[in-house]
Amino acid sequence: MPTQSTGPEVARAAAPKQVSAPLAVPQELEYVRFRPLHRVLHACMVVSFITLAVTGLSLKFSYTAWAALLSHLLGGFQSAGFIHRSAAVLMFATFFAHLGDVVRTKRRQRRSWREVLLGPDTILFTRRDFREFLATMKWFVGAGPRPQYGRWTYWEKFDYFAVFWGVFVIGATGLTLWFPIFFTRFLPGWFINVATIIHSDEALLATGFIFTVHFFNTHLRPERFPMDITVFTGQMPLAELRRDKPREYERMLASGELEEHLAPQHPEIVLRTIRVFGSIALGVGFAIVVWIIYAMVFAYR
Amino acid sequence: MGVVPPSCRFALVTAVLWCSTITVLPGRAQAPTTADAADCLVCHGEKGLSAKRGGRTVSLYVDGKRFAGSVHAAVSCTGCHADLEGKDIPHPTPARVNCGACHEEEFKEHSRSLHGRAVARGDPLAPRCVDCHGNHDIVPVGDSRSAVAPLRVPFVCGQCHREGTPVQKNRGIAQHNIIENYSESIHGEGLLRKGLVVAPNCASCHTAHSILPHTDPASSIARGNIAKTCTKCHAEIEMVHRRTIRGELWEKQRNVLPACVDCHQPHKIRNVFYPQGMADADCQSCHGDPRLRAADGRPVYVRASELAGSQHAKVACSQCHSEVNASHARPCDAITHKVDCSSCHAEIGQEYQRSTHGQLLARSSPNAPSCEECHGTHQVLSKHDPKSPTFPTNVPDLCAGCHREGEKAAVRYQGRERQIIRRYTESIHGKGLLQSGLTVTATCTSCHTAHRELPASDPESTVNPQNVPSTCGACHHGIQEQFVKSVHSAAVTKTSEPLPVCSDCHSAHAIQRADQDQFKLEIMTKCGHCHAAIAQTYFDTYHGKVSRLGYTQTAKCYDCHGAHDILRVADPRSHLSRANVVATCQHCHAGATRRFAGYLTHATHHDPRKYPFLFWTFWAMTVLLIGTFIVSGVHTLLWLPRAVQMRRELRLERSREEANGGATGSA
Repeated sequence: MPTQSTGPEVARAAAPKQVSAPLAVPQELEYVRFRPLHRVLHACMVVSFITLAVTGLSLKFSYTAWAALLSHLLGGFQSAGFIHRSAAVLMFATFFAHLGDVVRTKRRQRRSWREVLLGPDTILFTRRDFREFLATMKWFVGAGPRPQYGRWTYWEKFDYFAVFWGVFVIGATGLTLWFPIFFTRFLPGWFINVATIIHSDEALLATGFIFTVHFFNTHLRPERFPMDITVFTGQMPLAELRRDKPREYERMLASGELEEHLAPQHPEIVLRTIRVFGSIALGVGFAIVVWIIYAMVFAYR
Repeated sequence: MGVVPPSCRFALVTAVLWCSTITVLPGRAQAPTTADAADCLVCHGEKGLSAKRGGRTVSLYVDGKRFAGSVHAAVSCTGCHADLEGKDIPHPTPARVNCGACHEEEFKEHSRSLHGRAVARGDPLAPRCVDCHGNHDIVPVGDSRSAVAPLRVPFVCGQCHREGTPVQKNRGIAQHNIIENYSESIHGEGLLRKGLVVAPNCASCHTAHSILPHTDPASSIARGNIAKTCTKCHAEIEMVHRRTIRGELWEKQRNVLPACVDCHQPHKIRNVFYPQGMADADCQSCHGDPRLRAADGRPVYVRASELAGSQHAKVACSQCHSEVNASHARPCDAITHKVDCSSCHAEIGQEYQRSTHGQLLARSSPNAPSCEECHGTHQVLSKHDPKSPTFPTNVPDLCAGCHREGEKAAVRYQGRERQIIRRYTESIHGKGLLQSGLTVTATCTSCHTAHRELPASDPESTVNPQNVPSTCGACHHGIQEQFVKSVHSAAVTKTSEPLPVCSDCHSAHAIQRADQDQFKLEIMTKCGHCHAAIAQTYFDTYHGKVSRLGYTQTAKCYDCHGAHDILRVADPRSHLSRANVVATCQHCHAGATRRFAGYLTHATHHDPRKYPFLFWTFWAMTVLLIGTFIVSGVHTLLWLPRAVQMRRELRLERSREEANGGATGSA
């Protein structure tokens, strides 16, 4: 989960200042892009999202043999429902942990909301994002150079707010379906039907989007293939930072904060574990995409 | 008459004639008649008077006294010999007397009869009136002197019909020893030995004048009329023949049911034919031999012990093999037909004939099961005997003999029901009967009946859709009571559409317990057969989706609508009426409110008129989804070539770095 700014603990975690010139940074030191909390939250997000997708789609596509198989694998629809709600709780927790972290980080850095939200690292869409989007389009068609992206590219910002939107829409309707008797105290009965449609279709949008667009944008881009594990390691090679987020690199370099943001590579076992986890998440995600396509196109009734 | 003194004769004759005239022929003048007779008797009273006719000497003597005592005494001679009226003596040979001039009815009957037709044919052996009744000495039938008085009839008939007469020899009379047999029969014995004039004589059965061959439907001894003829005396005989005859069946089904004479042979009737009849021991003298075979090689051995243990232990062989003829050296050589069980089991026989089985038999189909195929022959047992093939637990096996897949009935049958026996065996009924051993469980015959099996398409069939509720209701009465009041009952819903009956939801043979998961899950498709659209929309909701996954815990059709007591939602008694719907939801959703009950259990987002909210929500979401995917999809596809290019450059850069690094390392 992206955030506005790296915190001071990243600096503490960074290696001792042996390197004065940024270009002479030893190979083993990497730029720390995400704090541990962000990494954990993203992992929680992955786990809860995939769990919600698998359990939820097994109900949505109940007419496929796959769904029945999955439902039985999960111990029946009641068990699947329980897992679904547990994962929802985890996602809500992730969501609120992040919001809490935003507030806490802002306080710790003693920055105003204006600084946080309108500063150079802001997660909000700015005019620059729009310009970068147009420049990217030009680059795509070969009419210009690759734009100099900052800390958050516009598609990363889009992904971020997609989650906000999704958690709000799917979460709200999900709660309605979870507690229909409570909600029908003040909502009409047919609202449950409306909530079902919104919940189900928005979930379809979310899973479809994450498992195709997000996966491609982040992991399957040929230069990153097969996956980008930065969000779990929290670190990326300096060269990559320089190439993909040149504006951030320049700013770091200019402010002299870069050295504070360096850390040695994780041990190989950690990296391997992360890759295994990432592969599983990707694999499950693709399997779900295949299943969705099959269910929507070939088995729809 | 001979004993009356001559002096009294005139007075007596006068008196008799008086009476006769008054009673018989009141219109005739008395004086000329007597005078007339007396005139004739002048010559014909001479015993020696004779004439030559056809080369033979014929006596022309008329016994005046006997004539005077005859019923015709009051009739002048010319009353009968009308052609001699006014003729002078010596008058010509008179023509044959035409009795029909007065006895019109009898004459007509006689002319139509076998005897009359023989007369018309000019058969010299044909009997005319005089041959039975005599001529000048005819007395009333009630008079014991009459030639046709009851006691004398056998002798009158016997003149021609006793053994050895030309008639009996040459006129194709099928019956033999008629008079002998009759005289030994219960009828003959009563008449001839005991002098019971009311005992039937020949004319009682054959009539006096309308004697016709039994093949003539008008004959009193035609098969169709036998019963009527016998019941002239044996009124209400059917009361003691209940097992055979059952009231009027005797006359209605006469081609099937035995006529009296089938058992009580004509002329030989004994009052104790049945119980003694053909002594079973006589039959056993041949049929007790295990090696005995019929001419066609069939074993015809009858195990006496089998018979003794059977339901028919007290029934004599000849009661079933009724064609045996005791007068034959081999009584059974008279047998030409198979045993007809319906001669005793008349009602069952009639049911059977109506059934598919019976119809097949009538068409001589080799597939047709006759009585013996199910019940056996000599070892026939009661259906209450566990050893009987018709004992409830044995019935499925019995029927399976033909109806198991691959067997002859299953091959012939073209309907929808397949694997009947296997499915039944696995059904709740089959398990109840065969595994739990509950003999009250429905078996084949409980639904299809034992003897009146008919295809379901037959409106009279117990498994015809119209009759299925009452057939099932025979056991499931409480359910039937609910069902007949439901919207599915033809009594409630008047429609040309087919309404469902028990078997449409529960199936015919593969009936499951309604509390089994498979049944609960299948019932939705069953309802969906007719309620296709509404079932489809059910599957769009949570209840339906979970059900489709194979779980039974969510609401199925019957959980809300009821099972057998389904009513229109608009009906106040319906489970889903405004008054009841909240309580119905509360069965599963404790705490459900009226608003909660507003949940659309058959919602679909494909119907903009019925569910505009859902329709537009769905389309808004779909547009959002498609829009997002188009934008991001195009973005991604445009990116792809650039990304590939970047990858290539990166590789190049990396290999360059490696080359540099390697050079540095070695330096």
